[in-house]
Amino acid sequence: MRKVAITGVGQTKFSGAQGKTQVELFAEAAMDALNESNLKAKDIQALFLGNALGDFTEGQGMVQAFAADNIGCFNVPASRYEGACASASVAIRDAFMWVASGFYDIVLAGGTETAAKMGTPLATRTFAMFSDACYEYPSGITFPAVFAMLAHLYAKKYDIPLAKLKEQMAAVSVQSYRYGLLNPKAHFRKEVTKEMVLSSFMVAEPIQLHDCCPFSDGAAAVVIACEEKARGLTNKPVYITGIGQASSGPLASQQEYLPRLRAREISSKQAYDMAGLTPKDIDVCELHDCFSIASLIAAESLGFFDFGTAGEAWEKGEAAIGGKIAINPSGGLKAKGHPIGATGAAQVYEIVKQLRGEVESGRQVDGAKIGMTDCLGGDGGTLCNLILERGW
Amino acid sequence: MEHKLTFKDYNEALKKDKLLGLKCRECGAITVPPKIACRRCASPDMDIVELKGTGEIQTFTTVNVAAEGYESEVPYTIVMVELDEGPWIMGNLVGIDPSKVTMELIGKRVKMGHRVFPGDKYSASDTARPLFSFET
Repeated sequence: MRKVAITGVGQTKFSGAQGKTQVELFAEAAMDALNESNLKAKDIQALFLGNALGDFTEGQGMVQAFAADNIGCFNVPASRYEGACASASVAIRDAFMWVASGFYDIVLAGGTETAAKMGTPLATRTFAMFSDACYEYPSGITFPAVFAMLAHLYAKKYDIPLAKLKEQMAAVSVQSYRYGLLNPKAHFRKEVTKEMVLSSFMVAEPIQLHDCCPFSDGAAAVVIACEEKARGLTNKPVYITGIGQASSGPLASQQEYLPRLRAREISSKQAYDMAGLTPKDIDVCELHDCFSIASLIAAESLGFFDFGTAGEAWEKGEAAIGGKIAINPSGGLKAKGHPIGATGAAQVYEIVKQLRGEVESGRQVDGAKIGMTDCLGGDGGTLCNLILERGW
Repeated sequence: MEHKLTFKDYNEALKKDKLLGLKCRECGAITVPPKIACRRCASPDMDIVELKGTGEIQTFTTVNVAAEGYESEVPYTIVMVELDEGPWIMGNLVGIDPSKVTMELIGKRVKMGHRVFPGDKYSASDTARPLFSFET
């Protein structure tokens, strides 16, 4: 297996509903990634594109073919990846494997979504399509409801009074908003206090509005090349050194393992083992904070904090820059936004920029050498982790 | 290989308040809702059994923001229940004020009935879902 690097990245601003199509958004991110790699469209051998809901957002299936054509990658093999909110991570993992295997030398991967365009009722309906349609949607499950039930399980399992857990969850959102304020590509750029989180609208008991990520429009792209080609394209290659992916069945079938998500623990172990690293080695992590409670669950399963203690860690600043591990300096899904099919690629964009030291002051993790991404699709149905390391 | 118990047959039984599951001949585990392979050992060698429909609430939420097509039921309470036979199952809870759910619900004993979700333009069919109420 060959070494594989990321040579260029691009990301649009994430936002609410706006005037650009999902193909246009991806094209803008892709051109930036190509330019960073000093490549032309004709140099790209294949496209791996994450897109979860294009059929519903724009009535557009098979978006990958039109995306490839738009940017001038004429007639390349183009494949769409659908893993709900983890779609782009899965696309990047597959792109990695095809380049590592020697089948391709230089490919483009990423994701695009215009989730905000749908509005809340349809977005809530389509996101719920990532729960089991036969056995769980009929009860009216929504994504906030999934994590609301996990929050209650978390409070019970770790014997934390719900009011105390709610304060810890609020600390997660406050930190994410604080970093989002400094990120010019973030959907939300505002300061939000603990009091504002705890007095916001109750979406699904105990999840309030400021515990939730938004529905966003946006895209992100990465150029992936074998080591030999990468060295000729950039003097700052970022190597993909660990990958993992796992799946699970419907939420109720995960039963006694909850609120932990087993797929994450399998996926992240694969990534750590492949990279020969442990959680202590990670300087910066972009993890899947679709809801504040999801951050606690993720950070513990990734091995950054003991089970039942992540909330306390956030309150003490241990999950902030300068703490034990810098988590979501982009603002995370909460503040940066969540255009679902693009999210995994945007996490990679952020880690690459962090390792290169190209992030705005105040949210740069100084000297970061090793970063990790964690992307969750559905209610544990798809989990994907990537470990990235400086190549210079 | 055909399924021992399909979604259609499970659904029709649930509409008569009968909860059907599958008991594994290899490991004894109960699988519900139905699948072609045992949830524990992946053996397809299973027999249809009728479950009691009683169990204990493990977690819950009340939903205030519904999906398109589900607005008329808001607010409503969802629970995950551990059935006495072992598996967890998702359903709705009645007999409480949905706006006043607390952690006290966890551990409460419940029994199962059903309510039909009529389906929407995306659904394959109408679907019965478990409707839990407190055991008396």
